[in-house]
Amino acid sequence: MAGAEETGGLSRRKFVTGMLAVLGGTITAVIGLPAVGYLVAPALKRSPTDVWVPLGPVESIPIDQPTLFTFSRAERIGWETTATSYGMYVLRSPDERYRVLSNVCTHLACRVVWKDDPQDYTCPCHDGHFAKDGHVLSGPPPRPLQAVEHKVEEGILYVHLVEA
Amino acid sequence: MVARVYAWLDRRLGLTTIYSTTLDRKVPKVNWAFTLGSATLFLAVMQGVTGIFLTVYYVPHPEQAYDSVNYIMNEVAFGWLIRGVHHWGATLMVVTVFLHMLRTFFYGSYKYPREITWMTGVFLLLVTLGMGFTGYLLPWNQRAYWATTVGTSIAGTVPLVGPLVERILRGGEGLSALTLARFFSAHIWMLPVTLLALVGIHLYLVVRLGISHIPREGE
Repeated sequence: MAGAEETGGLSRRKFVTGMLAVLGGTITAVIGLPAVGYLVAPALKRSPTDVWVPLGPVESIPIDQPTLFTFSRAERIGWETTATSYGMYVLRSPDERYRVLSNVCTHLACRVVWKDDPQDYTCPCHDGHFAKDGHVLSGPPPRPLQAVEHKVEEGILYVHLVEA
Repeated sequence: MVARVYAWLDRRLGLTTIYSTTLDRKVPKVNWAFTLGSATLFLAVMQGVTGIFLTVYYVPHPEQAYDSVNYIMNEVAFGWLIRGVHHWGATLMVVTVFLHMLRTFFYGSYKYPREITWMTGVFLLLVTLGMGFTGYLLPWNQRAYWATTVGTSIAGTVPLVGPLVERILRGGEGLSALTLARFFSAHIWMLPVTLLALVGIHLYLVVRLGISHIPREGE
């Protein structure tokens, strides 16, 4: 009886080797892909980087008087929830235009406070002063207070939070 | 090319010798019960690999252990699979270890010259049970908590030293963060290292002495 090699067919040894390679490859893929997926999964998950937060109905905001709105947002990373608090000063002008300023000082990120006298934002940490529209009056802050993008929809004022 | 690389390595590492002494060694004609040791070894390796993967997300802290296990089960890709294999593999490994021991016992394979193989096997059984016991606490759910409460108080019933042993196991009076932390340490370091050393001796002896044949009538 002529061997498979001589007749040009597939020898038993070659068949077994090939089948082992296919099986081995399949097993490696079946085990390896979940393993890689398991390790990289959290890295591929992206939390939304921007969100519109409602501050409240515009009619309740005093006119021409900077008003502080505070809120906190909880973010769940893995199995842990971290809450971040935000503060924003809203200035409503008589002609229904709004100016929203972050209360984070541009110097070293302390929280600024609006003082009716002498009508400025004061940073308690290093005596930085900002005007009503946010520009620097005196002290160490290098930039005006961060203006926050906002919109009014159906009488509700929204601010746009963008992750740094 | 592959053959030349292999030949180069073989001349320096003795790969062919390793292969022929470990895998090509002569064995008597035996039955399927003689595969239980290999099955156990395979499961042990599986437990090691899946266990290492679980430590990527698991946190042994009373406030986070349960949440991190939940996270593995529900949110990580294939987390359910990795933990599932680890969970069921643990149970299955206790079964195969036990059957392996029964096979050894009933075929008299523990006799000369294999007494030390048997003795290391006895410790391997204990370490395996210890792995099961310490691993059971780690999810920090109600079942884990109370099972460990019961398990450690059983140790407390030993005459004289019992209460002390119970306190040492728990790291204090009751179950606490200390208990979880020390069970975790035992589960991923102390017991696995012991297991590895014992498996090393066990396998060395299997290769050195060969396996026993099935006893014949009158033996």
